[in-house]
Amino acid sequence: MSQAEDIESVDEDGVIESVSGPVVTATDLDARMNDVVYVGDEGLMGEVIEIEGNLTTIQVYEETSGVGPGEPVQNTGEPLSVDLGPGMMDSIYDGVQRPLDVLEDKMGTAFLDRGVDAPGIDLEKEWEFTPEVEEGDTVEPGDVVGIVPETVTIDHKVMVPPDYEGGEVTAVKSGEFTVEETVVELDNGEEIQMRQEWPVREARPAGDKETPTEPLVTGQRIQDGLFPLAKGGTAAIPGPFGSGKTVTQQQLAKWSDADIVVYIGCGERGNEMTEVIEDFPELPDPQTGNPLMARTCLIANTSNMPVAARESCIYTGITIAEYYRDMGYDVALMADSTSRWAEAMREISSRLEEMPGEEGYPAYLAAALSEFYERAGKFQLINGDEGSISVVGAVSPPGGDFSEPVTQNTLRIVKTFWALDADLAERRHFPAIDWNESYSLYKDQLDPWWEDNVEDDWPEVRQWAVDVLDEEDELQEIVQLVGKDALPEDQQLTLEVARYLREAWLQQNALHDVDTYCEPEKTYRMLQAIKTFNDEAFDALEAGVPVEEIQDVDAAPRLNRMGTAEDWNEFIDELEADLTEQLRALY
Amino acid sequence: MKEYQTITEISGPLVFAEVDEPVGYDEIVEIETPQGETLRGQVLESSEGIVSIQVFEGTGGIDRNASVRFLGETMKMPVTEDLLGRVLDGSGNPIDGGPEIVPDQRQDIVGEAINPYSREYPEEFIQTGVSAIDGMNTLVRGQKLPIFSGSGLPHNELALQIARQATVPEEEEGGEEGSEFAVVFGAMGITQEEANEFMDDFERTGALERSVVFMNLADDPAVERQVTPRLALTTAEYLAFEKDYHVLVILTDMTNYCEALREIGAAREEVPGRRGYPGYMYTDLAQLYERAGRIEGKEGSVTQIPILTMPGDDDTHPIPDLTGYITEGQIVMDRDLNSQGIEPPINVLPSLSRLMDDGIGEGLTRGDHGDVSDQMYAAYAEGEDLRDLVNIVGREALSERDNKFLDFADRFEQEFVQQGYDTNRSIDETLDLGWDLLSMLPKEELNRIDEDLIEEHYREEEPEAVQAD
Repeated sequence: MSQAEDIESVDEDGVIESVSGPVVTATDLDARMNDVVYVGDEGLMGEVIEIEGNLTTIQVYEETSGVGPGEPVQNTGEPLSVDLGPGMMDSIYDGVQRPLDVLEDKMGTAFLDRGVDAPGIDLEKEWEFTPEVEEGDTVEPGDVVGIVPETVTIDHKVMVPPDYEGGEVTAVKSGEFTVEETVVELDNGEEIQMRQEWPVREARPAGDKETPTEPLVTGQRIQDGLFPLAKGGTAAIPGPFGSGKTVTQQQLAKWSDADIVVYIGCGERGNEMTEVIEDFPELPDPQTGNPLMARTCLIANTSNMPVAARESCIYTGITIAEYYRDMGYDVALMADSTSRWAEAMREISSRLEEMPGEEGYPAYLAAALSEFYERAGKFQLINGDEGSISVVGAVSPPGGDFSEPVTQNTLRIVKTFWALDADLAERRHFPAIDWNESYSLYKDQLDPWWEDNVEDDWPEVRQWAVDVLDEEDELQEIVQLVGKDALPEDQQLTLEVARYLREAWLQQNALHDVDTYCEPEKTYRMLQAIKTFNDEAFDALEAGVPVEEIQDVDAAPRLNRMGTAEDWNEFIDELEADLTEQLRALY
Repeated sequence: MKEYQTITEISGPLVFAEVDEPVGYDEIVEIETPQGETLRGQVLESSEGIVSIQVFEGTGGIDRNASVRFLGETMKMPVTEDLLGRVLDGSGNPIDGGPEIVPDQRQDIVGEAINPYSREYPEEFIQTGVSAIDGMNTLVRGQKLPIFSGSGLPHNELALQIARQATVPEEEEGGEEGSEFAVVFGAMGITQEEANEFMDDFERTGALERSVVFMNLADDPAVERQVTPRLALTTAEYLAFEKDYHVLVILTDMTNYCEALREIGAAREEVPGRRGYPGYMYTDLAQLYERAGRIEGKEGSVTQIPILTMPGDDDTHPIPDLTGYITEGQIVMDRDLNSQGIEPPINVLPSLSRLMDDGIGEGLTRGDHGDVSDQMYAAYAEGEDLRDLVNIVGREALSERDNKFLDFADRFEQEFVQQGYDTNRSIDETLDLGWDLLSMLPKEELNRIDEDLIEEHYREEEPEAVQAD
């Protein structure tokens, strides 16, 4: 049930039988699975999760202190749903789509009070509706009937809801309306408003999934360059605490070239969400220059907010993402962190005294994870258009141990794996993505895009970088034993080149104004510059120049400044010329 | 208020009683033993006809004839500004022989979550006077920054040093009125000796006047440890958000708190999570740690420094692990550094302050702060790595460059981290010291520092400095 509707008591009230944390049981409640109910005298929102004879088990989305047996439980007769319509961009919700700014207003305090409801979208606000259909047109489910300018960046498309039948348009309005007013009428009596409702646990219908061929350009060198994610793909970022999961997620939310970003803060820190809330309205979107918030929907269910709402926030987020996908947009969804979501499932499951699976997680963990990630993809939509959802899930493995169930079950599903490494983070190598462990299965299918849009020899240059890094990894083992100077000169030089790859190319400073975003052309040129150094240096070595002299060449350390250079094209031109000249001067 | 004599089962810290009218979840219960002693507890589970009660003071002395009273409300902390200077036990009763506390308000100790929309992002630098913290892992107002320590390490000295020295530089100069500094100290299961150490220091430095102390000692009931930090944080929130204080909350030792959590979980026969700790420990800890922060439109702030001893110095143990996922970084104490006599023995490599980046820089600390700290991290990490190698091949086998990094790592520990518990270094002193050390390295190795800053601060005259060739 969505909060937009008045509570009409469908059935008779049930009675609370017992209370234990977020789990409440009630008797005499006539309810179906997953119905939303209001619990106790304060009307706390909850959801039916188990029915056994006359006994109904409910998970409550709010704190249950003081609630006791004997208090009433009211059924709404509807599953947990979200309100879909204009006004979701530039919003910040809790796990059950209550807007946090409205809650602050209604509660009159900075602390989250109980029993306060608010609709997910503003029901009073009037939006400018421009129809796209005329009387006499035939429309089908999913078809766009009109456009609403939602934010400076996003045109919101009003669609025939997927559960309608469709038919001939008999009346069309144009002008300013609230989301509940009918704007288009069909001959079979169906009325279309700007607002739709959809149960969160059910995927919105779409046509076939297609193979993604376009990268989600993130502006992060290691991600775009070595381990790309496709638009419509799935990725996981596991890492121990302090390895930079959240910064990586935020960088993606800021710089990726998706049309819409849905950012879910699931069981994470309050101050981190505040940072996003404060930063995003001020940061410009790299594609349009408009504020980032104009294309962003935030869902914030911090670690100290009720655990049941943490369980549902992932579903709320993906349903909103699907709605924008249905409009034909490329949506990127960041979930930080899916481990907290899994833990919420575990917590509820253990209160239900279910038989636990691995490490106490419920046996349906793997199913829940794959169901969620399967809602990502590049889709042929039911209206014939195309749209995509890319999902990036952070994983917080306990003790940084990737063999735990959440990481393992996630890895079985996702195709891009960005492994964060505590060691790299400790030496402040950011992003701390471990290039030996990470992988992307999209690499090959995305290569044509790079060849067409950046440079023909991209796959070869990238492979060169991968090879050098691999070789370094092997050589480091020897260096650990005998020291660097004991290596032959060509291997010493390889180590030097690898060092530049790591420090100048793989490292990227998220806090630096210029370096924080790196377009694919720059990613390519920076790599090419290091390769120039490599090629010229090996030529010099072959001509008999000692490796120390090559390493000491003046221009080489300037490779480290490429990332932060403002006029990078000129900077790299000049650098490549200098490198070539100085290295050739040695022999 | 109805009184029952219906106890059916007593097991560990739990008491089960039959009731004939509904009792709210989390409500407070008073149990009177036949000896006339009154014990307090809390409803853990409430069902039709039966409730389970967790007794804070332990169930010793309770028998089936004890009477049970339900107070009809959840646990409240009587708060007032007069609490400053007082010493209370782990349940909030005065133990300093002072007058009764006349509360200004009674606040629910569970505490509601701060709406993320109403928070203000913390970015005010707190100068602790400790170089390893100020320079490398800066603390800001509203942050929660735990100290990860081990048994036998001097975490208490460090916590005391921070409590003593913490200031916000501008306010010192501007002499701003209104927002004063206060310390709320919550001790859970620490020994009498440790408690004395804290109390002596508070009294010696006069810090007690601006402190509220909650003491649950090692021989106090374990279950009470569940309540102590909540009382402390409720008091802190009141002082910060109603009375405009900048409150520093020190909670020690979180490990004892988690042990108590496990004890209750086991008594309730819950399905255990990792290493027997309850599956909801993350949520439970988050409900404590997340009570740090700033709120838009409020003057005060709550900053938390929880201390925890890592069992077996293992930071993948569930307690430090879950803590690290919630808090905004960690300060890690190191046994090796301690045995070398470094005071405080902070290992900066695994330490981290997540809120540092927004709290430093031009106008906050100094323009070169970020770069200097990054560079020192990188250089120290490199020196650290080389030490392993030296053990095998010896110093002579290493290049001149490598030797410089080794020297850097040594001096970093001996001069930068090492300062003693009574030295209070200003941020300028800390950063200048950083430049002294960085100037040991050739200029072109300082690849994380802006070139202009190198020009401005690099010590050319340092004997170790080598001209660019």
